[in-house]
Formats: sequence, structure tokens, C-alpha cells
Amino acid sequence: MEISVTINGRAHTHDVEPRTLLVHYIRDSVGLTGTNIGCDTSSCGACTIHVNGESVKSCTMFAVQADGEDLLTIEGLADGDTLHPMQESFRQCHALQCGYCTPGMVMAAVSFLEENPNPTDREVRLGLEGNLCRCTGYHNIVKAVLHCAAGGEQ
Amino acid sequence: MIPAAFDYVRAGSAEEAVAALAAHGDEAKLLAGGHSLIPLMRFRLARPAVLVDIGRLADLAYIREDGDHVAIGALTRHRAVETSELVAARAGLLGEVTSHVGDPQVRHRGTLGGAVAHGDPASDIPSALLALGATLVAIGPGGTRQIPVDDFFCGFLETALAEDEMLTEVRIPAADGATWGFEKFNRRAQDWAIVGVSAVRRAGGDVGVGLVNMHSTPVRAAAVESAVASGASAAEAAEVAAEGCEPSEDLNASVEYRQHLARVLTRRALEAAGL
Ligand SMILES: Cc1cc2nc3c(=O)[nH]c(=O)nc-3n(C[C@H](O)[C@H](O)[C@H](O)COP(=O)(O)OP(=O)(O)OC[C@H]3O[C@@H](n4cnc5c(N)ncnc54)[C@H](O)[C@@H]3O)c2cc1C
Ligand code: FES
Ligand code: FES
Repeated sequence: MEISVTINGRAHTHDVEPRTLLVHYIRDSVGLTGTNIGCDTSSCGACTIHVNGESVKSCTMFAVQADGEDLLTIEGLADGDTLHPMQESFRQCHALQCGYCTPGMVMAAVSFLEENPNPTDREVRLGLEGNLCRCTGYHNIVKAVLHCAAGGEQ
Repeated sequence: MIPAAFDYVRAGSAEEAVAALAAHGDEAKLLAGGHSLIPLMRFRLARPAVLVDIGRLADLAYIREDGDHVAIGALTRHRAVETSELVAARAGLLGEVTSHVGDPQVRHRGTLGGAVAHGDPASDIPSALLALGATLVAIGPGGTRQIPVDDFFCGFLETALAEDEMLTEVRIPAADGATWGFEKFNRRAQDWAIVGVSAVRRAGGDVGVGLVNMHSTPVRAAAVESAVASGASAAEAAEVAAEGCEPSEDLNASVEYRQHLARVLTRRALEAAGL
């Protein structure tokens, strides 16, 4: 089936098999490999992107369901060479080690702050409940999100 | 895993969806938010030959007042229920329970209708609908009908819906001034409940209690409700929470442990509901 989606502001049209998962479409057909796959059970959140501005696990959607929608992936977050404030906060707060969870974590965090711009530490932890990190112990990730919410000052 | 191949049909209306179901019989399944069905398809535990996508039926995504009840369209996403002021004011238990479903990404996609129609005893939302005494509205080739929630859950992942019926609306009798409690016991963030309990105490004093993961279906704690009606305290009523339930045993819990959790969590939920 032919689908047309906007990803990071660019229009794409492809013929896809209905059973193609959105994350495979983004990685294999469109060639944007920043979005990772970390599990088979919809648990890890490494595949998180935005669909019409909201965080979604792209491994738990078919590409055909995204037909006509507006998608944002980690590649679309920065403005040229200027990192998005959330990316910058992750960098400054050392919120990553291996970095595998990071694209999904950042996308989930951006969507979360849009819904809750002034969260508490506990609210950040609950807001990132759908994203697993096997390296950092989450502490610096929570710090980065709070840092970003506070406007990103040192 | 990648799901088995299927034919994809996009429904433009509830009538079209029902017609597609009628045409394909038990080969076809509706696809709403996909957050129960796609995980099953990825494990190849479900292999529908045809998926009828109802995810775009925007006219079935609404929350509105309708006389003495709150009417919620089947395609309303969990996030909309969780953040609705109308739900908070008139069916607060449902908003609270919905906010504990999965994680934000899941709540951005999953729908109320899907959570009910899936008939999963481990799902949180049916427990709230049982406690609140909801009515479900379904459309089929012969028109629409209303199904009381008590008649809806028939067996493990089985509901009263016929193969060619689709849920269109969930109706909740307004519970203004009610107090409620929801207790969900799990071991990790984002996990499903090992056992969960929804309890609501209406302004008139009537109490409704629904249980998560205590039976092959979502189930009402009828014994607790009648104990409360005949004057039992929260602690006394909670003692009979597991009565009539046949919980399963799995890696997380034995039957006895689930029964124990049901009693403890029911007491807490009743106390939170102001009993
Ligand atoms: C990682 C993860 C964690 C989760 N955690 C929880 C949790 O903690 N608690 C919880 O309660 N749920 C949880 N869920 C499930 C989630 O709430 C689902 O959204 C919900 O159970 C199903 O809704 P859906 O719209 O996604 O349905 P779908 O997956 O699209 O459909 C589910 C079933 O219902 C049928 N169906 C859908 N809509 C209708 C309709 N209108 N009429 C008739 N049949 C219909 C479909 O054919 C299918 O058989 C979780 C899901 C995931 C992926
Ligand atoms: S890849 Fe793990 S949730 Fe999508
Ligand atoms: S930084 Fe390695 S998984 Fe999160």
C-alpha cells in the first residue's frame, strides 16, 4: 500500500507492506537510523518518536497507520548545528553512557515537558516510565530533564 | 518479530467497519490503538488475515455529558480520558485508573474501546468500568445495542461482542461527589498489575469494587460490595475480596499470593474511597 508521511518536515512516499512496523519503515525505507530498536515487547522506548507532536513507540505502530501524519525523529530535533535544548541538557548533565536509549529518551522527554513544563523529580521519573536505560541508573537523565525545564542554565 | 502478513482495510465509518467485519468473518480484526493487538501479532499469538483500521474514526473520539451519564467514544485515547476535566468531575475513578495504564507513549495511542473490547483480565480499565457500573454501546449489521458491563466479559479475552460488532461508546453513570481509590500492585514501573483494585463510593453511600487479574475475566468483587451494604467496615469487607475468584498462577504470583493481595489492596482502596 502506498503511504505518504512527513518526517522532520520532509515529505516521503513509499509503497509498504501493511505488516511493516513504523520503526522498520523509518530505518529501512527512509534511511533514518537514529531511531533504535531495543526490544520485541513494546517495553524499552528506544524507538520513541513523535506522531503529531506526541511521543509514541514506533515499534508498536504499523507504517500504514502513520499515513498522512506528521512525524518527528531524533534527526529532526536539532536546528542545524545547534542542538535542541533537551539534547544540550543531556550533554551537559552526562545523561548517557552507551547512548543506545538516548534518542528515544530524548524524544520522550521533549514530549513530556510539552505536557508538563515544570515537573518535579518524581513526575520526570513517571513521565519517562516507558523508557529503559541499562547504563546510567537514570539519575543524570532525570537531572537533564529538570535542567532543561529550568531553562538549561548551568 | 515481524507480524504475519495481513490485508489492510481502512474504515471510513463505524458502519463500514462493521460491514468489513461481516464480510470477512473470524478472519478479520479491528485495529484501534493497536497497543494490545500489535504486541500479540508480533509474537504471532494473533494472526488475523484482515485488519480493519478504525483508528481514524475521529467522530468516535469524544468525551461529553449526556444527561445523567458521561459518554466517551470508543476511539478516545487514554491520554484524553486521563486529562479530561469532565471525567475528573463526574467519573474521577476512570481518570485516575487510566493514568496508571502503561506509560505515556502507550497512553498516547491506546483507546478506551480497545482496552474494553480486548477483555483482558490484567487490564486496569475494566475494573473501573465495573466499579462505576458502565454501559457499553455496540454497533452491528442489525443496528446498535447496549450491554451492561456486568454482562460484557465472558471468558479469557472473550466478550459479549459478536464477530461483526464494534464498540462505539462507553457510558458511565455520573458519579458527582464520589470518592474513590485505585490500588495497583506491580514490581516495576510500566508493568501490568499483578493484582489491582478499583473502588468507588458514590455520594449516596453505594460502593462499587472491580478487580484486576483475579479471574479469567475482569471481575466485580460482589461479596465486598454486599458486605459494605450490610454495614461492614473496610477491613471486614476486604476479607471477602477473593471470594468467587479463580486467579491464575504465574511467575509473579501464586494463587494464594493473589488472594492475599486482593484482600490487602481492597482494604486500601476502600479506605482511600473514604470508607
Ligand atoms: C507496553 C504496554 C504496556 C501496557 N500497560 C498496560 C497497563 O498497565 N494497564 C492496562 O490496562 N493496559 C496496558 N496496556 C494496554 C493498553 O491499555 C492498550 O491500549 C489497550 O489494552 C488496547 O487498546 P487499543 O486501542 O490499543 O486496542 P487494539 O490493540 O487496537 O485492539 C485490542 C483488541 O480490541 C479490539 N477492538 C479495538 N477497538 C475495538 C472496538 N471499538 N470495538 C470492538 N473491538 C475493538 C481489537 O480487534 C483487538 O482484538 C499496555 C500496552 C503496552 C503496549
Ligand atoms: S523497540 Fe522497545 S519499545 Fe519499541
Ligand atoms: S545510555 Fe546505555 S542504555 Fe541508556
